[in-house]
Amino acid sequence: MTSHATNPRAWLGLLLIAVALIALPFALSMAGTAWVRIANLALLYVLLALGLNIVVGFAGLLDLGYIAFYAVGAYVYALLASPHFGLHLPFWIILPIGALLAALCGVVLGTPTLKLRGDYLAIVTLGFGEIIRIVLNNLSQPINLTNGPQGLARIDAFQLGPVHFAKRDVIFGIEITGPMKYYWLLLLLLMATLVLVVRLQNSRIGRAWEAIREDEIAARAMGIHTTAIKLLAFAIGASIGGLAGGVFAAVQGFVSPESFVLVESVMVVAMVVLGGMGNIPGVVFGALLLALVPELLRYSVEPLQQWMFGRAVVAPEVLRMLIFGFALVLVMRWRPAGLIPTLIRTRMVAQPSSTK
Amino acid sequence: MSLLVVKGLQVQYGGIRAVQGIDFAVSAGECVALIGANGAGKSSTLKALSGLVSVAGGTIHFDQMLLNSLPAFERARKGLVMVPEGRGIFANLRVDENMQMGAYARSDRDAVQRDAQHLLRVFPRLAERQDQLAGTLSGGEQQMLAMARALMSRPRLLLLDEPSMGLAPQMVTQIFSVIRTLIEQGMTLLLVEQNARLALQISHRAYVMESGRITLAESADVLRDDPRVRQAYLGEPAN
Repeated sequence: MTSHATNPRAWLGLLLIAVALIALPFALSMAGTAWVRIANLALLYVLLALGLNIVVGFAGLLDLGYIAFYAVGAYVYALLASPHFGLHLPFWIILPIGALLAALCGVVLGTPTLKLRGDYLAIVTLGFGEIIRIVLNNLSQPINLTNGPQGLARIDAFQLGPVHFAKRDVIFGIEITGPMKYYWLLLLLLMATLVLVVRLQNSRIGRAWEAIREDEIAARAMGIHTTAIKLLAFAIGASIGGLAGGVFAAVQGFVSPESFVLVESVMVVAMVVLGGMGNIPGVVFGALLLALVPELLRYSVEPLQQWMFGRAVVAPEVLRMLIFGFALVLVMRWRPAGLIPTLIRTRMVAQPSSTK
Repeated sequence: MSLLVVKGLQVQYGGIRAVQGIDFAVSAGECVALIGANGAGKSSTLKALSGLVSVAGGTIHFDQMLLNSLPAFERARKGLVMVPEGRGIFANLRVDENMQMGAYARSDRDAVQRDAQHLLRVFPRLAERQDQLAGTLSGGEQQMLAMARALMSRPRLLLLDEPSMGLAPQMVTQIFSVIRTLIEQGMTLLLVEQNARLALQISHRAYVMESGRITLAESADVLRDDPRVRQAYLGEPAN
């Protein structure tokens, strides 16, 4: 990152990108506020993918229940800022609580499962994800804690001083909607997360994760406390998931166990793998792609059929997932290391010719 | 007082007793070999020393400290460092990154860089391939890298598990000439080796293991001339 600092052109480029990102919701809201909401969900997925990338990409531990941490964060926010318990704490208190509790869940999941690797770990984490969802579904009795399958509604929007995230403001004749405010907040969170994960990757801890991913026994022989370092990956990854979950609850205003099904976990894993495991730009790209393409298809599949056949032959939802799945297969066939693989992986492909 | 003292060591895998109560010791500056056939319990002994398998009985003292329940990474930090069988290099990291990983537990950065430079002179092949991925090295180069990486941690006792395994004869000669240099420089080594001839050539003392027990313990010179060893491990016909 420091090498860019000396280059004025790089700074100009970054400035332009920043301006474009900040101005994006204005452009999107011309197409409809729904698109700003879609952008917000996409940003949430980017946060999730970056968090999971710490576990899967950096430390090489396959976690198929990652959405559980998202659920923990979301329910913490929902319970502490809704009429359900009559609590209405400010979001800047709840978000850290949610992140911490999710991290604790990560440690709770990690401690007994650390001896497992590969497929076995994947199965246990998958079970953990389901346990959290089923607990949320059933904790309406004997004390109504989560309101069961009905979920929790009328969750407070964020409020920071006079800025209320659910209301629209007009400043200098420019209309600022609620989703736009969330967008900027998410953008800020995303930047902070990006700084965190880039710094982590290049730190001592990052190198230890890399060593564990490559060969755990050798890592131990190097004096790396593998258990603690793996737990750290679980905890940091989970806390990012918990943070995203809190924002999700506020953005939606409603949470229910339905939002945290296995498919969601699989989706986040797909984002990490498709983009390029362990490579931060790749993961961001993968998450944006997988979050946005289904939405684009949702809006284009039906008009296209109308135009071609005069009526909708295949239900949009079916075709959307079909195209989506097929695209995934193609990508994995032609770019097995992800759309933007890590430098190491590309180096590996490029190397054999130069060694001779 | 010996650097490493092992008493009555036992290792079990389920019901199978791989090591059945062995005693041995390694003094500072010594190269001790553990030789024997496949399945004699040599590698299990090393794994017990480095903490990769748990001890079923007996004691391991390193520098007068009881190691039995110390986790593997702590033992490595205390200076008991193993070059694992099958080498265990980080295939997707570059050669120099692999070596830096060896110094993970060290905080004296300048000395680490000096050690890296020194080891690249000891292993010129690694110097040539510094920024290559470790996975693209040949077997012998990987063995060199595994040794260099272990040496980066400044071990007080280096455990070598089958350094000649699966290597071309020429490469074995090179590896063993480096080991000999290490011994001359005063490194303490415990060497597990199936190639008894080579092991007995470079080590000071050796233990012969058979079915989980130590059956012979002598200086390497004596063992080289022992008829039982010559027949069983050096491939000479019985007469």
